[in-house]
Amino acid sequence: MNSSKIILSSEEVSKAITRIAHEILERNPNRTEQIALIGIRTGGAVLAKRFQDTLQVIAKREFPLGILDITLYRDDLSEVGPQPDVKETKIDFDVTGKIIILVDDVLYTGRTIRCALDAIIDFGRPECIQLAALIDRGHRELPIKPDFIGKNIPTSKSEEVYVKLREKDGKDEVIVASKDPV
Amino acid sequence: MTVQWTRKDLVGLQDLSAGEIELVLDTAKSLQEISLRPIKKVPTLRGRTVANLFFEPSTRTRISFELAEKRLSADTIHVAGSTSSTVKGETLIDTIRNIESLKVDMMVVRHSASGAPHRLARMSDVSVINAGDGINEHPTQALLDMFTIREKKGKLAGLKIAFVGDILHSRVARSNMWGLTRLGAKVIVCGPKTLLPPKVEAFGVEVTTDLKEAIQDADVINLLRIQSERQAQSYFPSIREYANSYQINSEVLKHAKPGLLIMHPGPVNRGIELSSDVMDGPYSVILDQVTNGLAVRMAVLYLLSGVRAKVEKE
Repeated sequence: MNSSKIILSSEEVSKAITRIAHEILERNPNRTEQIALIGIRTGGAVLAKRFQDTLQVIAKREFPLGILDITLYRDDLSEVGPQPDVKETKIDFDVTGKIIILVDDVLYTGRTIRCALDAIIDFGRPECIQLAALIDRGHRELPIKPDFIGKNIPTSKSEEVYVKLREKDGKDEVIVASKDPV
Repeated sequence: MTVQWTRKDLVGLQDLSAGEIELVLDTAKSLQEISLRPIKKVPTLRGRTVANLFFEPSTRTRISFELAEKRLSADTIHVAGSTSSTVKGETLIDTIRNIESLKVDMMVVRHSASGAPHRLARMSDVSVINAGDGINEHPTQALLDMFTIREKKGKLAGLKIAFVGDILHSRVARSNMWGLTRLGAKVIVCGPKTLLPPKVEAFGVEVTTDLKEAIQDADVINLLRIQSERQAQSYFPSIREYANSYQINSEVLKHAKPGLLIMHPGPVNRGIELSSDVMDGPYSVILDQVTNGLAVRMAVLYLLSGVRAKVEKE
Protein backbone atom coordinates (compact mmCIF):
# COMPACT_ATOMS: atom_id res chain seq x y z
CA MET A 1 0.00 0.00 0.00
CA ASN A 2 1.76 3.22 -1.02
CA SER A 3 0.75 6.59 0.44
CA SER A 4 -1.90 5.54 2.91
CA LYS A 5 -3.33 8.08 5.29
CA ILE A 6 -5.32 7.62 8.49
CA ILE A 7 -8.54 9.60 8.15
CA LEU A 8 -10.21 8.59 11.41
CA SER A 9 -8.47 7.23 14.51
CA SER A 10 -10.03 4.70 16.83
CA GLU A 11 -11.23 7.48 19.13
CA GLU A 12 -12.70 9.46 16.24
CA VAL A 13 -14.61 6.40 15.00
CA SER A 14 -16.21 5.99 18.44
CA LYS A 15 -17.05 9.69 18.60
CA ALA A 16 -18.64 9.59 15.15
CA ILE A 17 -20.79 6.61 16.10
CA THR A 18 -21.98 8.30 19.31
CA ARG A 19 -22.72 11.53 17.48
CA ILE A 20 -24.69 9.79 14.73
CA ALA A 21 -26.68 7.86 17.36
CA HIS A 22 -27.68 11.17 18.98
CA GLU A 23 -28.59 12.63 15.58
CA ILE A 24 -30.80 9.62 14.79
CA LEU A 25 -32.77 10.21 18.01
CA GLU A 26 -32.96 13.98 17.41
CA ARG A 27 -34.22 13.49 13.87
CA ASN A 28 -36.99 11.17 15.04
CA PRO A 29 -38.41 12.73 18.22
CA ASN A 30 -41.33 10.98 19.94
CA ARG A 31 -41.12 7.96 17.69
CA THR A 32 -38.02 6.14 18.86
CA GLU A 33 -40.19 3.02 19.28
CA GLN A 34 -40.43 2.85 15.47
CA ILE A 35 -36.67 2.91 14.87
CA ALA A 36 -35.01 -0.24 13.56
CA LEU A 37 -31.52 -0.73 12.13
CA ILE A 38 -30.47 -2.64 9.03
CA GLY A 39 -26.76 -3.02 8.28
CA ILE A 40 -25.37 -3.88 4.86
CA ARG A 41 -22.89 -6.75 4.93
CA THR A 42 -20.11 -6.73 5.92
CA GLY A 43 -18.92 -3.38 7.31
CA GLY A 44 -22.39 -1.86 7.62
CA ALA A 45 -23.64 -4.84 9.60
CA VAL A 46 -20.86 -4.38 12.18
CA LEU A 47 -21.55 -0.65 12.39
CA ALA A 48 -25.30 -1.20 12.71
CA LYS A 49 -24.65 -3.39 15.75
CA ARG A 50 -22.55 -0.56 17.26
CA PHE A 51 -25.33 1.91 16.58
CA GLN A 52 -27.80 -0.49 18.18
CA ASP A 53 -25.67 -0.77 21.34
CA THR A 54 -25.12 2.99 21.51
CA LEU A 55 -28.79 3.81 20.91
CA GLN A 56 -29.83 1.35 23.62
CA VAL A 57 -27.57 3.08 26.14
CA ILE A 58 -28.80 6.57 25.22
CA ALA A 59 -32.52 5.86 24.77
CA LYS A 60 -32.75 3.04 27.32
CA ARG A 61 -34.80 0.84 25.05
CA GLU A 62 -34.28 -2.00 22.59
CA PHE A 63 -33.94 -1.51 18.84
CA PRO A 64 -34.42 -4.30 16.29
CA LEU A 65 -31.40 -5.06 14.11
CA GLY A 66 -31.26 -6.76 10.73
CA ILE A 67 -28.45 -7.76 8.37
CA LEU A 68 -28.75 -7.38 4.62
CA ASP A 69 -26.71 -8.99 1.83
CA ILE A 70 -27.33 -7.04 -1.37
CA THR A 71 -25.66 -9.48 -3.80
CA LEU A 72 -28.89 -10.78 -5.34
CA TYR A 73 -29.94 -7.19 -6.18
CA ARG A 74 -26.72 -6.10 -7.86
CA ASP A 75 -27.01 -4.49 -11.27
CA ASP A 76 -23.74 -5.97 -12.52
CA LEU A 77 -24.55 -9.67 -12.09
CA SER A 78 -24.90 -10.15 -15.83
CA GLU A 79 -21.30 -9.04 -16.32
CA VAL A 80 -18.43 -11.47 -16.48
CA GLY A 81 -18.76 -14.23 -13.83
CA PRO A 82 -18.18 -16.13 -11.60
CA GLN A 83 -20.99 -15.03 -9.34
CA PRO A 84 -20.05 -13.38 -6.06
CA ASP A 85 -20.73 -15.30 -2.85
CA VAL A 86 -24.18 -14.75 -1.39
CA LYS A 87 -24.40 -14.50 2.39
CA GLU A 88 -27.52 -14.72 4.46
CA THR A 89 -29.94 -11.81 4.86
CA LYS A 90 -31.47 -11.79 8.33
CA ILE A 91 -34.34 -9.42 8.99
CA ASP A 92 -36.39 -11.04 11.74
CA PHE A 93 -38.77 -8.14 12.39
CA ASP A 94 -41.60 -6.68 10.33
CA VAL A 95 -40.26 -3.60 8.53
CA THR A 96 -43.74 -2.25 7.79
CA GLY A 97 -44.35 1.05 9.63
CA LYS A 98 -40.76 1.21 10.91
CA ILE A 99 -38.25 4.00 10.60
CA ILE A 100 -35.40 2.03 9.05
CA ILE A 101 -31.91 3.32 9.65
CA LEU A 102 -29.94 1.79 6.79
CA VAL A 103 -26.26 1.55 7.71
CA ASP A 104 -23.22 1.20 5.47
CA ASP A 105 -19.56 1.85 6.16
CA VAL A 106 -18.61 3.82 3.03
CA LEU A 107 -21.02 5.69 0.80
CA TYR A 108 -19.59 5.85 -2.74
CA THR A 109 -21.48 5.39 -6.04
CA GLY A 110 -24.81 4.80 -4.31
CA ARG A 111 -25.41 1.55 -6.21
CA THR A 112 -25.21 -0.58 -3.09
CA ILE A 113 -27.80 1.65 -1.43
CA ARG A 114 -30.10 1.29 -4.44
CA CYS A 115 -29.87 -2.49 -4.05
CA ALA A 116 -30.57 -2.24 -0.33
CA LEU A 117 -33.64 -0.05 -0.87
CA ASP A 118 -35.09 -2.57 -3.32
CA ALA A 119 -34.35 -5.43 -0.93
CA ILE A 120 -35.91 -3.73 2.11
CA ILE A 121 -39.09 -2.97 0.18
CA ASP A 122 -39.39 -6.70 -0.59
CA PHE A 123 -39.73 -7.20 3.16
CA GLY A 124 -42.58 -4.73 3.60
CA ARG A 125 -43.40 -1.01 3.58
CA PRO A 126 -41.39 1.00 6.11
CA GLU A 127 -42.67 4.43 7.14
CA CYS A 128 -39.32 5.78 5.94
CA ILE A 129 -35.74 4.75 5.33
CA GLN A 130 -32.89 6.98 6.54
CA LEU A 131 -29.30 6.43 5.49
CA ALA A 132 -26.31 6.45 7.85
CA ALA A 133 -22.72 5.95 6.73
CA LEU A 134 -19.43 6.37 8.54
CA ILE A 135 -17.69 7.80 5.47
CA ASP A 136 -19.03 9.68 2.46
CA ARG A 137 -16.35 9.66 -0.24
CA GLY A 138 -18.42 11.22 -3.02
CA HIS A 139 -18.59 10.15 -6.69
CA ARG A 140 -22.30 9.33 -6.62
CA GLU A 141 -23.70 7.66 -9.75
CA LEU A 142 -27.32 7.68 -8.52
CA PRO A 143 -29.43 10.36 -6.85
CA ILE A 144 -28.84 9.13 -3.28
CA LYS A 145 -28.13 11.35 -0.28
CA PRO A 146 -27.19 10.32 3.26
CA ASP A 147 -29.08 11.47 6.35
CA PHE A 148 -26.24 10.83 8.82
CA ILE A 149 -22.53 10.92 8.03
CA GLY A 150 -19.46 10.39 10.23
CA LYS A 151 -17.05 12.22 7.92
CA ASN A 152 -16.98 13.54 4.38
CA ILE A 153 -13.74 12.70 2.60
CA PRO A 154 -12.95 14.06 -0.85
CA THR A 155 -11.30 11.19 -2.71
CA SER A 156 -10.22 10.37 -6.21
CA LYS A 157 -11.53 7.24 -7.89
CA SER A 158 -8.02 5.80 -7.90
CA GLU A 159 -8.08 5.75 -4.12
CA GLU A 160 -9.54 3.13 -1.82
CA VAL A 161 -11.19 3.78 1.53
CA TYR A 162 -10.71 1.07 4.18
CA VAL A 163 -12.97 1.10 7.22
CA LYS A 164 -11.39 -1.18 9.80
CA LEU A 165 -13.56 -2.23 12.71
CA ARG A 166 -12.35 -4.08 15.80
CA GLU A 167 -14.99 -6.83 15.45
CA LYS A 168 -13.51 -7.94 12.14
CA ASP A 169 -10.11 -6.25 11.86
CA GLY A 170 -8.93 -6.01 15.47
CA LYS A 171 -9.09 -2.21 15.68
CA ASP A 172 -11.09 0.81 14.60
CA GLU A 173 -9.51 2.97 11.92
CA VAL A 174 -10.34 4.56 8.59
CA ILE A 175 -7.59 4.70 5.97
CA VAL A 176 -7.41 6.18 2.50
CA ALA A 177 -4.84 4.59 0.21
CA SER A 178 -4.08 4.69 -3.48
CA LYS A 179 -5.55 1.63 -5.17
CA ASP A 180 -2.62 0.52 -7.29
CA PRO A 181 0.78 0.55 -5.65
CA VAL A 182 3.06 2.00 -8.32
CA MET B 1 -14.66 -18.86 0.78
CA THR B 2 -11.93 -19.40 -1.73
CA VAL B 3 -13.72 -21.75 -4.16
CA GLN B 4 -15.37 -20.10 -7.14
CA TRP B 5 -17.91 -21.67 -9.44
CA THR B 6 -16.51 -21.84 -12.97
CA ARG B 7 -18.59 -24.60 -14.57
CA LYS B 8 -21.09 -23.84 -17.29
CA ASP B 9 -23.15 -26.94 -16.47
CA LEU B 10 -24.17 -29.17 -13.62
CA VAL B 11 -24.41 -32.64 -15.15
CA GLY B 12 -23.42 -34.67 -12.11
CA LEU B 13 -21.57 -34.80 -8.83
CA GLN B 14 -18.98 -37.20 -10.19
CA ASP B 15 -16.66 -34.37 -11.28
CA LEU B 16 -17.31 -31.91 -8.47
CA SER B 17 -14.73 -31.21 -5.79
CA ALA B 18 -15.65 -31.11 -2.11
CA GLY B 19 -15.19 -27.33 -2.25
CA GLU B 20 -17.60 -26.93 -5.15
CA ILE B 21 -20.24 -29.03 -3.40
CA GLU B 22 -19.84 -26.97 -0.24
CA LEU B 23 -20.14 -23.77 -2.25
CA VAL B 24 -23.53 -24.91 -3.58
CA LEU B 25 -24.68 -25.90 -0.07
CA ASP B 26 -23.49 -22.61 1.48
CA THR B 27 -25.16 -20.60 -1.27
CA ALA B 28 -28.39 -22.54 -0.75
CA LYS B 29 -28.22 -21.75 2.96
CA SER B 30 -28.10 -18.04 2.13
CA LEU B 31 -31.01 -18.29 -0.31
CA GLN B 32 -33.33 -20.19 2.05
CA GLU B 33 -34.56 -17.00 3.65
CA ILE B 34 -36.07 -15.69 0.38
CA SER B 35 -38.90 -18.22 0.60
CA LEU B 36 -39.89 -16.86 4.02
CA ARG B 37 -40.28 -13.24 2.91
CA PRO B 38 -43.60 -11.51 2.26
CA ILE B 39 -42.44 -11.06 -1.36
CA LYS B 40 -40.81 -14.39 -2.19
CA LYS B 41 -38.72 -13.14 -5.07
CA VAL B 42 -35.38 -11.51 -5.84
CA PRO B 43 -34.47 -9.86 -9.18
CA THR B 44 -31.24 -11.81 -9.68
CA LEU B 45 -32.10 -13.66 -12.92
CA ARG B 46 -34.31 -10.95 -14.39
CA GLY B 47 -34.17 -11.15 -18.17
CA ARG B 48 -32.78 -14.69 -18.20
CA THR B 49 -34.78 -17.50 -19.75
CA VAL B 50 -34.74 -21.06 -18.48
CA ALA B 51 -36.16 -23.97 -20.47
CA ASN B 52 -37.36 -26.95 -18.46
CA LEU B 53 -37.20 -30.00 -20.68
CA PHE B 54 -38.74 -33.05 -19.04
CA PHE B 55 -38.65 -36.00 -21.40
CA GLU B 56 -39.57 -38.25 -18.50
CA PRO B 57 -42.39 -37.77 -15.98
CA SER B 58 -41.68 -35.67 -12.89
CA THR B 59 -43.77 -33.76 -10.41
CA ARG B 60 -41.59 -32.73 -7.52
CA THR B 61 -38.37 -31.97 -9.39
CA ARG B 62 -40.19 -30.06 -12.12
CA ILE B 63 -42.22 -27.97 -9.68
CA SER B 64 -39.17 -27.35 -7.54
CA PHE B 65 -37.09 -26.11 -10.50
CA GLU B 66 -39.95 -24.00 -11.79
CA LEU B 67 -40.46 -22.32 -8.44
CA ALA B 68 -36.71 -21.83 -7.97
CA GLU B 69 -36.53 -20.10 -11.35
CA LYS B 70 -39.49 -17.88 -10.53
CA ARG B 71 -38.14 -16.91 -7.11
CA LEU B 72 -35.01 -15.67 -8.92
CA SER B 73 -37.17 -13.77 -11.49
CA ALA B 74 -36.15 -15.85 -14.51
CA ASP B 75 -38.59 -16.37 -17.39
CA THR B 76 -39.45 -20.01 -17.87
CA ILE B 77 -40.71 -22.29 -20.61
CA HIS B 78 -41.67 -25.91 -20.25
CA VAL B 79 -41.50 -28.83 -22.59
CA ALA B 80 -42.80 -32.20 -21.50
CA GLY B 81 -41.72 -35.27 -23.44
CA SER B 82 -45.25 -36.39 -24.10
CA THR B 83 -46.28 -33.05 -25.65
CA SER B 84 -43.07 -32.26 -27.55
CA SER B 85 -42.21 -32.90 -31.17
CA THR B 86 -39.96 -35.79 -30.13
CA VAL B 87 -43.13 -37.88 -30.30
CA LYS B 88 -43.38 -36.80 -33.96
CA GLY B 89 -39.91 -38.20 -34.54
CA GLU B 90 -37.73 -35.12 -34.02
CA THR B 91 -34.35 -36.03 -32.52
CA LEU B 92 -33.36 -34.68 -29.12
CA ILE B 93 -30.51 -32.70 -30.68
CA ASP B 94 -32.87 -31.01 -33.14
CA THR B 95 -35.31 -30.17 -30.36
CA ILE B 96 -32.48 -28.57 -28.40
CA ARG B 97 -31.18 -26.64 -31.44
CA ASN B 98 -34.64 -25.18 -31.87
CA ILE B 99 -34.89 -24.16 -28.24
CA GLU B 100 -31.41 -22.62 -28.41
CA SER B 101 -32.56 -20.53 -31.36
CA LEU B 102 -35.04 -18.87 -29.02
CA LYS B 103 -32.05 -17.48 -27.06
CA VAL B 104 -32.57 -19.48 -23.93
CA ASP B 105 -29.88 -19.06 -21.24
CA MET B 106 -30.24 -22.28 -19.30
CA MET B 107 -31.76 -25.70 -19.81
CA VAL B 108 -32.96 -28.06 -17.11
CA VAL B 109 -33.05 -31.52 -18.64
CA ARG B 110 -34.55 -34.80 -17.53
CA HIS B 111 -34.14 -37.72 -19.89
CA SER B 112 -34.46 -41.48 -19.73
CA ALA B 113 -31.14 -41.95 -21.51
CA SER B 114 -28.11 -41.91 -19.22
CA GLY B 115 -25.67 -39.29 -20.47
CA ALA B 116 -28.18 -37.22 -22.47
CA PRO B 117 -27.55 -33.98 -20.50
CA HIS B 118 -23.79 -34.48 -20.83
CA ARG B 119 -24.14 -34.69 -24.59
CA LEU B 120 -26.26 -31.53 -24.68
CA ALA B 121 -23.83 -29.70 -22.40
CA ARG B 122 -20.96 -30.46 -24.78
CA MET B 123 -22.77 -29.38 -27.93
CA SER B 124 -24.40 -26.23 -26.56
CA ASP B 125 -23.31 -22.83 -25.23
CA VAL B 126 -26.36 -22.88 -23.02
CA SER B 127 -25.93 -23.93 -19.38
CA VAL B 128 -27.33 -27.41 -18.81
CA ILE B 129 -28.62 -28.68 -15.46
CA ASN B 130 -29.20 -32.40 -15.20
CA ALA B 131 -32.58 -33.07 -13.56
CA GLY B 132 -32.09 -36.83 -13.77
CA ASP B 133 -30.65 -38.90 -16.62
CA GLY B 134 -31.57 -42.57 -16.86
CA ILE B 135 -29.89 -44.49 -14.06
CA ASN B 136 -26.84 -42.23 -14.04
CA GLU B 137 -27.18 -39.06 -11.92
CA HIS B 138 -29.66 -36.71 -10.29
CA PRO B 139 -27.26 -34.13 -8.89
CA THR B 140 -29.72 -31.61 -7.43
CA GLN B 141 -31.52 -34.37 -5.51
CA ALA B 142 -28.24 -35.52 -3.97
CA LEU B 143 -27.29 -31.92 -3.16
CA LEU B 144 -30.60 -31.36 -1.38
CA ASP B 145 -30.14 -34.64 0.50
CA MET B 146 -26.70 -33.50 1.61
CA PHE B 147 -28.05 -30.06 2.49
CA THR B 148 -30.79 -31.63 4.64
CA ILE B 149 -28.32 -33.86 6.48
CA ARG B 150 -25.94 -30.96 7.05
CA GLU B 151 -28.80 -28.81 8.38
CA LYS B 152 -29.93 -31.49 10.81
CA LYS B 153 -26.56 -32.92 11.83
CA GLY B 154 -24.29 -29.92 11.37
CA LYS B 155 -21.85 -31.95 9.27
CA LEU B 156 -21.47 -34.79 6.79
CA ALA B 157 -17.98 -36.10 7.46
CA GLY B 158 -17.92 -39.24 9.57
CA LEU B 159 -21.66 -39.91 9.47
CA LYS B 160 -22.92 -43.37 8.56
CA ILE B 161 -25.44 -43.03 5.77
CA ALA B 162 -27.36 -46.07 4.53
CA PHE B 163 -29.13 -46.37 1.19
CA VAL B 164 -31.77 -49.07 1.10
CA GLY B 165 -33.74 -50.35 -1.87
CA ASP B 166 -33.26 -50.35 -5.60
CA ILE B 167 -29.67 -49.16 -5.86
CA LEU B 168 -29.29 -50.60 -9.36
CA HIS B 169 -31.75 -48.23 -11.03
CA SER B 170 -31.19 -45.28 -8.72
CA ARG B 171 -29.60 -42.13 -10.11
CA VAL B 172 -30.30 -40.59 -6.69
CA ALA B 173 -28.08 -43.21 -5.04
CA ARG B 174 -25.32 -42.73 -7.62
CA SER B 175 -25.18 -38.95 -7.22
CA ASN B 176 -25.29 -39.31 -3.45
CA MET B 177 -22.49 -41.88 -3.48
CA TRP B 178 -20.26 -39.52 -5.46
CA GLY B 179 -21.07 -36.52 -3.30
CA LEU B 180 -21.18 -38.05 0.16
CA THR B 181 -17.95 -39.98 -0.17
CA ARG B 182 -16.24 -36.84 -1.44
CA LEU B 183 -17.32 -35.01 1.71
CA GLY B 184 -16.09 -37.80 3.96
CA ALA B 185 -19.33 -39.56 4.90
CA LYS B 186 -19.41 -43.33 5.36
CA VAL B 187 -21.89 -44.77 2.89
CA ILE B 188 -23.41 -48.26 2.97
CA VAL B 189 -25.80 -49.50 0.30
CA CYS B 190 -28.28 -52.29 0.92
CA GLY B 191 -30.82 -54.23 -1.09
CA PRO B 192 -31.49 -57.62 -2.62
CA LYS B 193 -28.51 -58.83 -4.66
CA THR B 194 -30.43 -58.38 -7.89
CA LEU B 195 -30.88 -54.64 -7.15
CA LEU B 196 -27.24 -53.93 -6.29
CA PRO B 197 -25.12 -52.75 -9.23
CA PRO B 198 -22.11 -54.94 -9.98
CA LYS B 199 -18.86 -53.47 -8.60
CA VAL B 200 -20.72 -50.82 -6.61
CA GLU B 201 -17.80 -50.97 -4.13
CA ALA B 202 -15.83 -48.94 -6.65
CA PHE B 203 -17.75 -45.87 -5.41
CA GLY B 204 -15.93 -46.29 -2.10
CA VAL B 205 -19.01 -47.55 -0.29
CA GLU B 206 -19.81 -50.63 1.76
CA VAL B 207 -22.31 -53.13 0.41
CA THR B 208 -24.66 -55.50 2.17
CA THR B 209 -27.82 -57.48 1.54
CA ASP B 210 -28.58 -57.51 5.28
CA LEU B 211 -30.87 -54.67 6.32
CA LYS B 212 -29.89 -55.03 9.98
CA GLU B 213 -26.24 -54.48 9.15
CA ALA B 214 -27.08 -51.44 7.04
CA ILE B 215 -29.13 -49.64 9.67
CA GLN B 216 -26.98 -50.60 12.65
CA ASP B 217 -25.62 -47.28 14.02
CA ALA B 218 -26.82 -45.43 10.92
CA ASP B 219 -27.18 -41.66 11.30
CA VAL B 220 -29.26 -41.45 8.14
CA ILE B 221 -31.32 -43.99 6.18
CA ASN B 222 -32.09 -42.81 2.67
CA LEU B 223 -34.75 -45.01 1.10
CA LEU B 224 -35.06 -45.60 -2.60
CA ARG B 225 -38.33 -46.25 -4.27
CA ILE B 226 -39.08 -49.61 -5.79
CA GLN B 227 -39.40 -48.36 -9.35
CA SER B 228 -42.24 -50.29 -10.92
CA GLU B 229 -41.73 -48.44 -14.23
CA ARG B 230 -38.24 -49.93 -14.47
CA GLN B 231 -39.31 -53.37 -13.26
CA ALA B 232 -40.21 -54.88 -16.61
CA GLN B 233 -38.09 -57.81 -15.62
CA SER B 234 -38.53 -59.21 -12.15
CA TYR B 235 -35.78 -58.49 -9.62
CA PHE B 236 -37.47 -60.13 -6.64
CA PRO B 237 -40.24 -62.72 -6.23
CA SER B 238 -42.97 -60.36 -5.03
CA ILE B 239 -43.54 -56.90 -3.58
CA ARG B 240 -44.63 -58.54 -0.35
CA GLU B 241 -41.44 -60.52 -0.08
CA TYR B 242 -39.42 -57.36 -0.73
CA ALA B 243 -41.31 -55.55 2.01
CA ASN B 244 -40.75 -58.43 4.42
CA SER B 245 -36.99 -58.20 4.01
CA TYR B 246 -36.33 -54.53 3.32
CA GLN B 247 -39.19 -52.36 4.55
CA ILE B 248 -38.27 -49.69 7.09
CA ASN B 249 -40.90 -49.80 9.84
CA SER B 250 -41.04 -49.20 13.57
CA GLU B 251 -40.10 -52.81 14.22
CA VAL B 252 -36.76 -52.67 12.39
CA LEU B 253 -36.07 -49.23 13.89
CA LYS B 254 -36.42 -50.49 17.47
CA HIS B 255 -32.69 -50.13 18.00
CA ALA B 256 -32.25 -47.07 15.84
CA LYS B 257 -29.65 -44.51 16.83
CA PRO B 258 -31.22 -41.49 18.55
CA GLY B 259 -31.57 -38.60 16.10
CA LEU B 260 -31.75 -40.93 13.11
CA LEU B 261 -32.95 -39.26 9.90
CA ILE B 262 -35.26 -41.09 7.50
CA MET B 263 -35.08 -39.68 3.98
CA HIS B 264 -36.76 -40.52 0.71
CA PRO B 265 -36.53 -38.71 -2.64
CA GLY B 266 -40.20 -39.41 -3.30
CA PRO B 267 -42.65 -40.45 -4.48
CA VAL B 268 -43.05 -42.94 -1.62
CA ASN B 269 -44.78 -46.28 -2.02
CA ARG B 270 -46.35 -46.30 1.44
CA GLY B 271 -46.31 -49.77 2.93
CA ILE B 272 -43.64 -51.09 0.54
CA GLU B 273 -40.21 -49.55 1.14
CA LEU B 274 -41.45 -47.49 4.08
CA SER B 275 -44.27 -47.99 6.56
CA SER B 276 -46.77 -45.20 7.02
CA ASP B 277 -46.08 -44.70 10.73
CA VAL B 278 -42.33 -44.15 10.15
CA MET B 279 -42.97 -41.93 7.16
CA ASP B 280 -45.16 -39.68 9.31
CA GLY B 281 -43.07 -40.21 12.45
CA PRO B 282 -40.40 -38.13 14.19
CA TYR B 283 -37.38 -39.52 12.29
CA SER B 284 -38.80 -38.54 8.93
CA VAL B 285 -37.34 -35.44 7.22
CA ILE B 286 -38.94 -36.20 3.86
CA LEU B 287 -40.85 -32.91 3.69
CA ASP B 288 -37.77 -30.94 4.80
CA GLN B 289 -36.05 -32.43 1.77
CA VAL B 290 -38.74 -30.94 -0.47
CA THR B 291 -38.41 -27.50 1.16
CA ASN B 292 -34.62 -27.57 0.95
CA GLY B 293 -34.72 -28.65 -2.68
CA LEU B 294 -36.00 -25.22 -3.61
CA ALA B 295 -33.06 -23.38 -2.05
CA VAL B 296 -30.55 -25.86 -3.50
CA ARG B 297 -31.95 -25.42 -7.03
CA MET B 298 -31.93 -21.65 -6.63
CA ALA B 299 -28.27 -21.90 -5.64
CA VAL B 300 -27.42 -23.99 -8.71
CA LEU B 301 -29.26 -21.60 -11.04
CA TYR B 302 -27.52 -18.62 -9.45
CA LEU B 303 -24.03 -20.09 -9.65
CA LEU B 304 -24.40 -21.31 -13.25
CA SER B 305 -25.87 -17.99 -14.41
CA GLY B 306 -22.54 -16.23 -13.79
CA VAL B 307 -20.60 -18.59 -15.97
CA ARG B 308 -23.12 -18.42 -18.79
CA ALA B 309 -22.57 -14.66 -18.97
CA LYS B 310 -18.86 -15.27 -19.39
CA VAL B 311 -19.39 -17.57 -22.35
CA GLU B 312 -21.59 -14.92 -23.93
CA LYS B 313 -18.92 -12.22 -23.69
CA GLU B 314 -16.10 -14.22 -25.18
